[in-house]
Amino acid sequence: MFSGLMLNTWVAATAVAVIAGVTGFFAVLRGSTFAAHAIPNGAFAGAAGASLLGLNAFVGLAVFSVAGALGIAGLSRRARPDVATALTFVMMLGIGALFVSWSTEYAQEAYSLLFGEVFGVSTDEVLPIVVLGATSIVAIIVMFRPLMLASAMPEVAEARGVSPRRMELGFLLVMALATSMTVPVVGALLMFSLMIGPAAAARSLTARPMLAMALSVVIALITVWIGIAVSYQSNWPLGFFVGVIGAAFFLFARVYAAIARSARGLQAPPAA
Amino acid sequence: MLRYLFEPGFFGSGPVHVALAVGTVIALTSAVVGVFTVTRGQSFAGHALADIGTTGGSGAFLIGVNQFWGYLAFGAGAAAIMELIGIQRRRGRDVATGVVLGAGLGLAALFLYLGTQYSSTTGASFTLLFGSMFVITSSTVPILITSALLALATVVVLARVLLLTSLSPDIAAARGVPVRAVGAAYLMALAVSVALSAVIIGAVLSTALLIGPAATALRVAKGPVRAMAVAAGIGVAATWLGIVLAYDSFYWPPAHRGWPVSFFVVTLIVGCYLVTYLRPRRERQDVVRQAPDTEQVCSPA
Amino acid sequence: MSASLLRLDGVGVRLGGREILDDVSFSIEAGEFTGLIGPNGAGKTTLLRVILGLQPVTHGSVLIDGAPRAARDASIGYVPQKLSIEPDMPLRVRDVVSLGVDGNKFGIRLPSRARREIVDDMLTAVGAQRYANARVGELSGGEQQRVMIAHALISRPRLLLLDEPLANLDISSEQGIVSVLARLARAERIAVLLSAHDMNPLMPVMDRIVYVAAGRVAVGRTDEVVQPEVLSRLYGQHVDVIRVHGRILVVAAPQGPTGSEEVEGIDDEQAPAEGADEQAPVEGASVVR
Repeated sequence: MFSGLMLNTWVAATAVAVIAGVTGFFAVLRGSTFAAHAIPNGAFAGAAGASLLGLNAFVGLAVFSVAGALGIAGLSRRARPDVATALTFVMMLGIGALFVSWSTEYAQEAYSLLFGEVFGVSTDEVLPIVVLGATSIVAIIVMFRPLMLASAMPEVAEARGVSPRRMELGFLLVMALATSMTVPVVGALLMFSLMIGPAAAARSLTARPMLAMALSVVIALITVWIGIAVSYQSNWPLGFFVGVIGAAFFLFARVYAAIARSARGLQAPPAA
Repeated sequence: MLRYLFEPGFFGSGPVHVALAVGTVIALTSAVVGVFTVTRGQSFAGHALADIGTTGGSGAFLIGVNQFWGYLAFGAGAAAIMELIGIQRRRGRDVATGVVLGAGLGLAALFLYLGTQYSSTTGASFTLLFGSMFVITSSTVPILITSALLALATVVVLARVLLLTSLSPDIAAARGVPVRAVGAAYLMALAVSVALSAVIIGAVLSTALLIGPAATALRVAKGPVRAMAVAAGIGVAATWLGIVLAYDSFYWPPAHRGWPVSFFVVTLIVGCYLVTYLRPRRERQDVVRQAPDTEQVCSPA
Repeated sequence: MSASLLRLDGVGVRLGGREILDDVSFSIEAGEFTGLIGPNGAGKTTLLRVILGLQPVTHGSVLIDGAPRAARDASIGYVPQKLSIEPDMPLRVRDVVSLGVDGNKFGIRLPSRARREIVDDMLTAVGAQRYANARVGELSGGEQQRVMIAHALISRPRLLLLDEPLANLDISSEQGIVSVLARLARAERIAVLLSAHDMNPLMPVMDRIVYVAAGRVAVGRTDEVVQPEVLSRLYGQHVDVIRVHGRILVVAAPQGPTGSEEVEGIDDEQAPAEGADEQAPVEGASVVR
């Protein structure tokens, strides 16, 4: 399991888990769960278009994930965010359907873009992923304080000169960036699970932001490592384990939080 | 003009008849259910249920059962789980939905993988996402239509109570409305409606028909009845026009196989929505603005 | 002696380890206009929710016409504190008022002229006729209040509860709401129980006052209740009552934390398991007008 070939897999997956943990923390905090699902899926449609035009799939992924981020942010200015996300999502996939109908050889690639090809990561694919991971993390660190402020207390942020809208766009673009590189490795559907499950579990375990973000990363790493190990043995797809393990962590975290709450005799009395 | 729109043979085509009939019922149901979905902020749940239904379909396919039952079972089951996790505020609800969706998609990965062990299903991922409208067996049509109409009827019967609950859950509860049960019943109707549309037209189109017409209608219609009517109109019209265009596109470049229905319908729906932004922001013509409410203060009793 | 319209006997509510309400007793007769006055965090909303049946009591009883509240009691109307109505909510003002008649019933109702007339009459009575066809989500605070009052009154309740209806209103809207309420209540002999943290706008119309502080109440006429001795006993600390320019000011001296309402965290219902920053807001020199 730890042979040379698998080494790429471990490294790539670790990088992806770190990216997912960090991005996912903010996605859950901001309630951008739907966007976290829509952007990777939309990106996948872009890859179809790229392969149609004979371009590298990465180009398609990048263009469509950025377009998705722009679409969601743009429509969210006047519409509900979840409606904006739904409409952007279906539009991208509608175009994706068109591309796919024009090409004839996309089907196989589609599966791997949806569900991941982590066991086939080549050495020259690993480096861009790690670089991207580092870039996303740097971007988040740079944006951290204004992003936290805008996410948790938008009115206060505005008073302090931080535009929540620009933060929203910035965050979605970071998510697009993270997506475009990770989707070929872990797949569109899987990236979403890895972003949401661990971060959701972390938030149920602690309210302290830095701790929650660290916990998101840790849980994402554990999830992915266990997933790879079991997937390697059983040949069952990695996406299955990530989805199920992530849900298990979430369940455990909520149960733990509920027990902790009742142990402290806490219940929210209504504001009198 | 009509001749340009309708290629010869359109109305004589058997599969087209079925597609139009089924499509109309699905579009109608989705649009009306969608009005409440959007208003209650459950758009993500509506989409997630479609994807999870798809998982059910691939599972059913695996064990040799008609996919339709798989969609229904998984859709209803997921709705029940979401209701049990039962988080009241939207943000927490979306996160729980996301986790359930993640698990569901993981299962889909597994089912598809297991499926490839037994047969070559490289195209399966696509059919699952986009469905195949022109392939509906005549035996399933009655069940589909009946179930859709049942879901529609449920939502219509619940409409007033749903609106009151959205206005104020406290008022509703104080007036004896079983708020939690009503929410659960609505979620079930949503799950059934979405599962039905997903099995025929795929998860993407299911979401488009659920959210798009409703979102558009809510921008232009003020009252509940009109909103539902406008949504239904848009949904059905987009479906019909989409089917027509797909049929007409059979000889279009580049592949000369026809462009997919889903592309047309989605583009029409999203286009319709965007068009509503072209109107200048209307001044509140319906509120005659005067000086702020001034009324004589009662003299002490 | 016939039973009071509403009667609370020794009501106590314990939540999250705290006594939100303690030994609350009072009664309301038909047609009375009662002010439920007290500082924020005193328990006013909880008290209203208890009467509505939305909050179970730990001690005591709530009787409507001498009997415990029935499940579908339409005799109590309710105007909640703050409605968060999305701008795209597909309800016009007249739809909202119409829901006041039968919004809690299942099924379809065909439009009828009779219904439209009832709704129009009610809208005119509260002064909301001008914007009858506007989306309820687009109204100002004062306009929304009138609409919700119409919604509550159209089912002909005998008791109307309002939770802080005057908060966040400008002075003229405040006066408008109070006079609409008083007029309609008198005309139909509807009892009103209205909570507020400032009693002054209600002075012209209030028959009695139920003053709530720290979960306990003092009941009676305003001049009986709003006295330093009475309120000091209630608050559990020294309280001054200042009458100036026809207005009454209740001033509590600065003290330590009095442990009132929970501070809501950043997000949802997930209470943090650690690092929980629960502050008990300091009452401080709270000037309760």
